Amino acid sequence: MGIVEAILLTVITAATPLVLAAIGELVTERSGVLNLGVEGMMVMGAACAFIATQATGSPYVGILAGIAAAALFSLLFGFLTLTLVANQVATGLALTILGLGISSMIAEPYLGQSGIKLPQIVFPVLSDIPFLGPVLFKQDLIFYLSIALVAGVNWFLFKSRAGLKLRSVGDSHSSAHALGINVIRTRYLAVMFGGACAGLAGAQLSLVYTPQWVENMSAGRGWIALALVVFASWRPWRIVAGGYLFGAVSISQLYAQAYGVGIPSQFLSALPYLATIVVLILISHNRRMTLINTPAALGKPFVPDR
Amino acid sequence: MSAEGQPANGPLLAVGQLTKLFGTFAACNGINLDIRPGEIHALLGENGAGKSTLVKMLFGVLAPTSGEIVWQGQPVRITSPSAARKLGIGMVFQHFSLFEALTVAENIALSMDPGVSLSRIAKEASDLSRAYGLPLDPDAHVADLSVGERQRIEIVRALLQNPKLIILDEPTSVLTPQEADRLFETLNKLKAEGRSVLYISHRLEEVQRICDRATVLRHGKVTGACDPRQETPASLARMMVGSDVAHVTAEGTNAKGAVKLEARNLSAAARTPFAVSLKDICLKVHAGEVLAIAGVAGNGQGELFDALSGEYPADLDDAIRISDKPVGTRGINARRLMGAGFVPEERHGHAAVSALSLSDNLVLARHKSDRRAFLGGGFLGLIRQDAVKMAAKRISEAMDVRKSGENPPAGSLSGGNLQKFIVGRELDRQPTVLVVNQPTWGVDAGAASRIRQALVDLAKSGSAVLVISQDLDEIFEVATEIAVISDGRLSDIYPASDLTREKIGMLMGGMHGKAETAEMAHAH
Repeated sequence: MGIVEAILLTVITAATPLVLAAIGELVTERSGVLNLGVEGMMVMGAACAFIATQATGSPYVGILAGIAAAALFSLLFGFLTLTLVANQVATGLALTILGLGISSMIAEPYLGQSGIKLPQIVFPVLSDIPFLGPVLFKQDLIFYLSIALVAGVNWFLFKSRAGLKLRSVGDSHSSAHALGINVIRTRYLAVMFGGACAGLAGAQLSLVYTPQWVENMSAGRGWIALALVVFASWRPWRIVAGGYLFGAVSISQLYAQAYGVGIPSQFLSALPYLATIVVLILISHNRRMTLINTPAALGKPFVPDR
Repeated sequence: MSAEGQPANGPLLAVGQLTKLFGTFAACNGINLDIRPGEIHALLGENGAGKSTLVKMLFGVLAPTSGEIVWQGQPVRITSPSAARKLGIGMVFQHFSLFEALTVAENIALSMDPGVSLSRIAKEASDLSRAYGLPLDPDAHVADLSVGERQRIEIVRALLQNPKLIILDEPTSVLTPQEADRLFETLNKLKAEGRSVLYISHRLEEVQRICDRATVLRHGKVTGACDPRQETPASLARMMVGSDVAHVTAEGTNAKGAVKLEARNLSAAARTPFAVSLKDICLKVHAGEVLAIAGVAGNGQGELFDALSGEYPADLDDAIRISDKPVGTRGINARRLMGAGFVPEERHGHAAVSALSLSDNLVLARHKSDRRAFLGGGFLGLIRQDAVKMAAKRISEAMDVRKSGENPPAGSLSGGNLQKFIVGRELDRQPTVLVVNQPTWGVDAGAASRIRQALVDLAKSGSAVLVISQDLDEIFEVATEIAVISDGRLSDIYPASDLTREKIGMLMGGMHGKAETAEMAHAH
């Protein structure tokens, strides 16, 4: 295996959780809800996936547990912000802090245990293709899921009637309400989808990336995922492009250090955020881009009878 | 009543004694109206005449208090917009409910049967829009479209349901003249297909141009039903504004003083595609006068107010003079310092900040002109809360503002009480010039008469007052002089006692030149 293939494999491993968490948050934000608790949901997913895997011996059960735990956790966010109409920004931040705390507490006995790595699924003929084969067709289930989810979300949002309704809710909840669309239910579902995706991203961390439990093992990836949604200007396929770019940047830190390249690693780890700021400036300059892609109702609470 | 279906050439829709009460207020009072198949029927009336209420009952948005609606010979109850659509009634609202981030086809799809695919909707919408001369690109994003194009989406959306009756609420109020012409062609096409159109408007020339019959509403009652082509603008205006000519003479003769407010050939380009440009406006308001500017909404009133107040200063310093000093290019505070006061049309968000208390709103308006009284601490500009609260209390008492608590947020006051406070805020300074836009818009009768009295009193005390209003009753109550604004042009100024409602009605329709001819025709 050549060095390029090795680098590509590490980039994919680093990018997959970013893509997963971001695609979930994209759906949440497209419905008009800003959930800043991605980091918290992700680390909950990582902890619960690890615990369930250790308990049952099956990483697939672990994946399901991670998804379920984070989705349930996001339900708390939904209840607070959608039913009780609490401030979304404050609630999202609280969710992150709470998630970091709870995960550290419940997974404390598992510290230092060696976990079970999610097995690779090898596609017989395709994986024999030189160079591309091992990179694309000798991966774990979560990688394949991440690509399928992006394709599915893209189809759902822009081709299906339910996706159209979800976008209409995110654009103007009062107009959508007037058309008879159930705004609150749509948003609950979108929030839970975001939670489930963050949970899957967390499971990837504790079952694929580093198959063990480390406190706060999400290590800021939730925040990068949030930035990624803006970087992608709320378009699903741009999440993949941005996710792999950000993933490559974070991997390049390691290689830069290993080969003694004189770029401070702090600068490299700040790059995703810098890139996001540049994108934000670019789209806010273009009124049309903003109007068409940014969910206009993002972060605004909806109370049916005003 | 026979239930044997519809008579051969009976009306498509007949409304009998339809009444809608809000509390004890009758927004619609015993309305009778019938619409025949294949006609364009105008519903004429001033703002607040009950047109919108009537139409909302026909489209199932409001439930009538009493009366009946007969659709194709069958009495019906229309309980919701979807019930109305099922019967074959389509509606194009004045304010659109479109999603800016979505495409034309997606917007249409959201209100259609979910079984139909998006590509089929796009194709149908684009075919239909072409057939009716309303070209629309189904893949365009609404955010990129003009107001006229947005209206087309609404029309196409209504047409896709294949309605027998289409209701259009003031459709041309947002259109450019070219877009309006195009709309009229479409309406004629619909008529040729045997569909009926209920066309709501207060623009006489449009109604005369395209409508076969008209029903005129005033104060919730039908005051006339006619063929607009057989009528003169004057007779239509009389039905709209009422035939009783109120003779309001200024009690006592106000001594005409010096000119306090003057506009000299004031012109201003339109700031947005749908604003009106001001053209060569000349006016003089003397001390002791109330000059009222009448006109149908959207003829340049807001733009004139903006120029006079200095919110959008004029290009030339000499275009506007206060107390004989040029102020055209100066801002609102400079004009306030010269003794002028201004009351804009919108109470919330323009004249007052809803979330702030009355005393804070007082400081916001008068922080420059009353700096010495309200602010202390030198350049720090600390607010003297006691002085401000005293002034707010004084204003509330003088104008009889009813409020909950000593100093509540502006938003908690009723419209009438907040308006009394806002007008009182300016009167409290004894301004030498006061410019007011729609002083009693949406205000209850008690508050309205209080405000009008205050304006009359201010002029009596030697100030120059300019009132922009659409309400003719109000104009005759307060004005000593009257002018009419139409399409950004101001008519000559007439003494109030020389004008009748009829004549104002004609000036309003933008028929300055035609006024004489119409009167001559009438005399025959």
